Amino acid sequence: MSEDLISRVTGVIAKAQKIPVETVTIDKTFEELNIDSLDGINILFGLEGEFDLDIPDDAARGIRTVREMVEGIEKLLAAKAGVAKSPK
Amino acid sequence: MTHRVAVTGIGAISAFGHTYPDLWTGLAAGKSAIRPLTLVASGTLRFPNAAEVPDYDPLRYFEEKEAQLLDRFAQFAAVAAREAVRASGIEFSPELGERTAIVLGCSGGGKSTEDDGFHHLYALQEPRVSPLTIPRAMSNAGASRVSLEYGITGPVFTISTACSSANHAIGQAFRMVRAGEVEVAIAGGSEAPLSLGFLKAWEAMRVVSPDTCRPFSRDRRGLILGEGAAALVLEPFERARARGAAILGEIAGFGMSSDAHHITQPSALGAARAMRSALEDAQLAPEAVGYVNAHGTGTLANDATETAAIQNVFGEHARKLLVSSTKSMHGHALGAAGALEAAATLGALQCGLIPPTANFTAPDPACDLDVVPNTPRAAQIEYAISNSFAFGGLNAVVVFRRSA
Repeated sequence: MSEDLISRVTGVIAKAQKIPVETVTIDKTFEELNIDSLDGINILFGLEGEFDLDIPDDAARGIRTVREMVEGIEKLLAAKAGVAKSPK
Repeated sequence: MTHRVAVTGIGAISAFGHTYPDLWTGLAAGKSAIRPLTLVASGTLRFPNAAEVPDYDPLRYFEEKEAQLLDRFAQFAAVAAREAVRASGIEFSPELGERTAIVLGCSGGGKSTEDDGFHHLYALQEPRVSPLTIPRAMSNAGASRVSLEYGITGPVFTISTACSSANHAIGQAFRMVRAGEVEVAIAGGSEAPLSLGFLKAWEAMRVVSPDTCRPFSRDRRGLILGEGAAALVLEPFERARARGAAILGEIAGFGMSSDAHHITQPSALGAARAMRSALEDAQLAPEAVGYVNAHGTGTLANDATETAAIQNVFGEHARKLLVSSTKSMHGHALGAAGALEAAATLGALQCGLIPPTANFTAPDPACDLDVVPNTPRAAQIEYAISNSFAFGGLNAVVVFRRSA
């Protein structure tokens, strides 16, 4: 989990929630950040744009913390890079 | 003086076909009309299916010049209203037209008209859009069209409360007839939401199922969007009797509430208050109700919340209630949903047959109700309620009674 990845994810969350980025730390839960279900889908929308990713509903369901969100993005980015590298 | 309110005409255009018998026959067979989308290219969408009106050709119902003036949703409103008026046997004289109301629900208005117009601006870089964009896209275009067709000059308006629109509309029309403010009312809703721009907005909400709609099932994955319209003709019971009209059922009460909780998350308390208010309005004990046509969208949040609300209102009686979501078959037609479900509920009471919750796979402990899974159920029921709970937290519940 690189610092760069963490800062991009927390940046998207802070921007969507209109809160200072310093408050979005890796160990915060969505509940602590007052992120409800509608905020959650808005954050997913922001992350899809930030990372040029397609985040499926099934991958997003059940994510409740900033750490889980960063890990989820990491996994999707790895999968995307794997597809890009794999020989046709 | 207040009146008992009879339903003397029903019309519907839905994924099952262009008539109310098509809708009822499909629902009574328990088969789902959810199919692959054809109206828009679904290639970039996360969901491939919808409940589209099949084989729809505007020129079957309208002159070419008229069709050009009407978005699909307004055409559907007119098609359903014509069937309902024809069934009622009412002829509108200018005098009766003045004492008749039209109240139709519509959530989005002419979405495909807007989509097409804005495509010309943004994608094709043209400097202008058609002058028919506004009259086609306005949400009251359906109600206005019906008013023009029959020369109905009394109170005519549209209610837009997202997925509760049609129930709110039926409720207002019911109250006007009950209070003697009008002699006849045409009530219902219409919607044609299947345009790419609007579907993309629904996709972003992450509430649309990637396969089908499985209300109350443990593995439900969301709603399926649908389109169509339904209309009811309402009049005082004694007026219907006096003119020898076939009475297809009664509306016995109406209740509404607002959650004031969250813009999209449902609240069991708000839903329960609307159901209670409807039962009080009908002066009914909860035990008198035998069937609930559920809002039952098939989303994780709605179905569990609605179950909690039903259990809260009906207590022990909730175990005996038959509860089904016909959205599993005709899809979620948004501002037309309550109207299609009113038609379904009236059919259930009249025929003694409860349409099932289709596509059901496995029970969810959070939805512990008899949801009439997959197979229609014979049941003679006197009173039923139909629930609609909208984004924005706006709830509307109609009480129906079997015709005596």
